Amino acid sequence: MITSNPRHLRGSYDVVVVGAGPAGLEAAVAAQDAGADHILVVDRETEAGGILVQCIHSGFGLHRFGQELTGPEYAQRVLTQVVKRNIDVVTDAFVLDVDRERRVKLMTQEEGVSLIDAQAIVLAMGARERTRAAIHIPGTRPAGIFTAGMAQRLVNLYGLLPGRRAVLLGSGDIGLIMARRLTLEGVEVVGVFELMPYANGLNRNIVQCLHDFDIPLHLSTTVVEIHGRDRVEKVTVAPVDANLRPQMERAWDVPCDTLLISIGLIPENELSEQLRLRIDPMTNGPVVTSTMECSRNGVFACGNVVHIHDLVDFVSAEAMLAGRSAGRYVAGAAPPADNVRLLPGENVAYCVPHTISTEREHTIYMRTRRPLEACSLRLTDLGGKVIYEKKLRYVFPAEMVNLKLRPAVLHHFHNGALRVDVAPRADG
Amino acid sequence: MLYDVLIIGGGIVGGAIARELSRYELRIALCEKEVEVGFGATKANSGIIHGGHHAAPDTLKGRLEWAGNQLWDELAAELGFGFERIGELTVALYDEQTPVLDRLLHHAAVKGIPGVELWTPERIQQEEPALSHDIIAAVYAPTTGVVNPYEACYALAENAAQNGVDILTGFPVLRLHWNGELWEVMTPGARLASRFVINAAGLYADQVAAMAGVGNFAIHPRKGQEYLLDKRLRGLVKRVIFPCPSPVSKGILIIPTYDGTLMVGPTAEDTTDREDRSTSAEGARTVFDAVRRLAPGINEKDIIAQFAGLRASADGEDFIIGPTARRGFINAAGIQSPGLTAAPAIARMIVEILQAENLPMTLRNDFVGRAPHPVHFAALSTQEQIALTLRHPRYRRIVCRCETVTEGEVIDAIERGASTLDGIKFRTRAGMGRCQGGFCTIRCMELLSRLRRLPMTALTKRGADSWLVCERQEAVNGDERAPGIEVGDA
Ligand SMILES: Cc1cc2nc3c(=O)[nH]c(=O)nc-3n(C[C@H](O)[C@H](O)[C@H](O)COP(=O)(O)OP(=O)(O)OC[C@H]3O[C@@H](n4cnc5c(N)ncnc54)[C@H](O)[C@@H]3O)c2cc1C
Repeated sequence: MITSNPRHLRGSYDVVVVGAGPAGLEAAVAAQDAGADHILVVDRETEAGGILVQCIHSGFGLHRFGQELTGPEYAQRVLTQVVKRNIDVVTDAFVLDVDRERRVKLMTQEEGVSLIDAQAIVLAMGARERTRAAIHIPGTRPAGIFTAGMAQRLVNLYGLLPGRRAVLLGSGDIGLIMARRLTLEGVEVVGVFELMPYANGLNRNIVQCLHDFDIPLHLSTTVVEIHGRDRVEKVTVAPVDANLRPQMERAWDVPCDTLLISIGLIPENELSEQLRLRIDPMTNGPVVTSTMECSRNGVFACGNVVHIHDLVDFVSAEAMLAGRSAGRYVAGAAPPADNVRLLPGENVAYCVPHTISTEREHTIYMRTRRPLEACSLRLTDLGGKVIYEKKLRYVFPAEMVNLKLRPAVLHHFHNGALRVDVAPRADG
Repeated sequence: MLYDVLIIGGGIVGGAIARELSRYELRIALCEKEVEVGFGATKANSGIIHGGHHAAPDTLKGRLEWAGNQLWDELAAELGFGFERIGELTVALYDEQTPVLDRLLHHAAVKGIPGVELWTPERIQQEEPALSHDIIAAVYAPTTGVVNPYEACYALAENAAQNGVDILTGFPVLRLHWNGELWEVMTPGARLASRFVINAAGLYADQVAAMAGVGNFAIHPRKGQEYLLDKRLRGLVKRVIFPCPSPVSKGILIIPTYDGTLMVGPTAEDTTDREDRSTSAEGARTVFDAVRRLAPGINEKDIIAQFAGLRASADGEDFIIGPTARRGFINAAGIQSPGLTAAPAIARMIVEILQAENLPMTLRNDFVGRAPHPVHFAALSTQEQIALTLRHPRYRRIVCRCETVTEGEVIDAIERGASTLDGIKFRTRAGMGRCQGGFCTIRCMELLSRLRRLPMTALTKRGADSWLVCERQEAVNGDERAPGIEVGDA
């Protein structure tokens, strides 16, 4: 793994990439391929690689490398490409601010606070975990409440355990992986409680991390209170009704010393907000065009900072596009602007990118709001005419839907906006 | 160890007394049962320095509220904690409430508080456009301020220590005995002796008084739940907003904290459990229902943290301050709201009481009232940040990304006495932001472990049984010690 490589930071860069996870690293490489000369990648951790560094389980890279890798292996592959090139990477560093003139206020171990000019910025800060406060669990504030990612870091990077008897709230992927990891470490994982009537993580994780270890998954059930003055002593859990309201008369107590929270990720949008980028309230990330450009010229974004991905492979694909676009922007070769807006319709929570062009090929990523079988994905113009339709066997909110769209499909379409629906098939 | 004055309780009241007394040629100790000072009501309150006009002038609370209010500028300037007079509005929603406003105006006139005035709905909308149009009138007070109460408490205790006071944390006082000459003060680890004992034990002041044989009052804990909101809402409301108060409580407020984030609360719930700092779904409902009537734009979605504090209210609802039937035993008890506001005035009152009790009080000539102000990186301008980090490499790493707290600030906090995660959090703000410690917790633990030379498994959130992590089974079994346990010590 690498840490900082430049002996001296330049006063100005063609592209400054914020975040050295897979998104940032792939974007840096692609930016250079597209013609940018001086590129700086900044990361606040001591090692580059982002969250992958602590994901020591396998399941990464099937799409990108055609091979099942662990998180650190995937990160290493991407890093190797960066190291081979003349790209500056500075770790243990922090972007404090980016102003509208794309002047970056940077904190580094080498120089302290300094100001650097960038022609283009790529935001690749990833995501943070939702906390207990996001769902306002009442009760006490004892030690022993961790997000699943924090527990993962403790176990995998520090060789420490978060506790001895754990309850898991939420069935997000990191939580599921941690249920297995902790069980292997001898921690008693009492159960996983999920508010929704379906699991939030990938099906393969439910099977491999819970079923295989006999860890009970309680759907439509949530933690309603935390007890314990100094350390967690127990939690109260309750089933919820169809409106997700806890039924307190059916609540019960679960003794434990640890509560792990895995209720989802949220884009790390501090800088996006400082830059006053337009934010999509559904993704909590910036609104992006088909070149991954945000609402401010020369500012690009990719990876979990835009929307939460379930596979890193797609992060890589999105990041290469963002990096290439940043490189072209610097070279003055940006493609013509988009001409079609995508409007999330029935059972579609969001689409990324938010706009596309009828001239180019696109991959559109979207998330559905609820599970559905034998359905179809439809693009409809504002007049109600179906422009494109694709059959899907099933959809799950936990699994991102992606759609490759060739320019030919939109050849005769000049209408300005397309509604995207994932709905039961017309033929039933 | 023999002292002239021993203070029981290291909250804002005990801290203020210790610091005030440290001006004199006295041997002083402060005993705090928790591992750090300020972990009682002092760390879980609204942080408001009340304008001075809330409590009636003929009560002790009423006198000390205004007297205390006027002492905060100087304290903040000397000790460098955050304090700002942002002003307040007490708003009326119905005609029946206007007598309350009249009463506040009357209190202000009697006490001579400057600038307190009645505002019309137009003026209210102009100055605070986020407030409800249903508000029919408000009393404005420019004297109201906000403070970081725990910062103030740490600063007072540290400055007292700098001036020779023994700050004894982890020293619960279990028994008191008057031996005819001195008070013998029993704690688990040591027996101390002092001529005077000051009871500033907050929620436990009745029990401490009973230890001295003067337990003629009871403390009734009254819980207050508070909800901290995302910084997205910064600036929505600029002044502290009070509804018209009821007999037991000042009601649910909107508080722009010193750091700029909004906080709403507190509830007022009588309880019998002195350790019950739990929040509840009903509490949240009560708070947000009330707040929506004042400012419709605020809702539960923006909660980033919630906590509860316990007010130590005594029978009669007033402060109990003064000498008792037992020689040398002095109460500073029943210090409920606005006890934070009043604390510096309570400290001065204790000085007068000790003088009246014939304790010789000579001002020291080597008293240092000004303490070095802690570095607060996030509050510096870019040029100042550049200059600071150029000179001091310890401020070149960000430990808490939500509140941009540097490693140097955390190290400073540990060197100043923080020995727990909460101790770091309340001194530096690390862990108070949106991600609620997701990023900084492990970093703070590493620093504590390194500087205090403790394994990670020995660290706590706030002392006692609040352990944070444990060893892996293999490490426990001894066949393989997990790498990285003493991170940074290698
Ligand atoms: C929700 C809430 C909101 C409030 N808002 C405001 C406000 O906005 N403005 C305001 O002015 N006031 C406010 N108050 C009141 C204010 O917080 C208190 O009046 C003030 O903090 C009291 O300080 P203290 O030092 O007396 O108590 P504490 O801070 O509780 O300190 C007492 C200390 O004594 C220690 N102790 C107890 N027993 C022993 C023993 N046997 N041996 C050794 N140590 C012992 C405890 O551990 C504790 O640290 C509020 C209170 C609450 C609960």
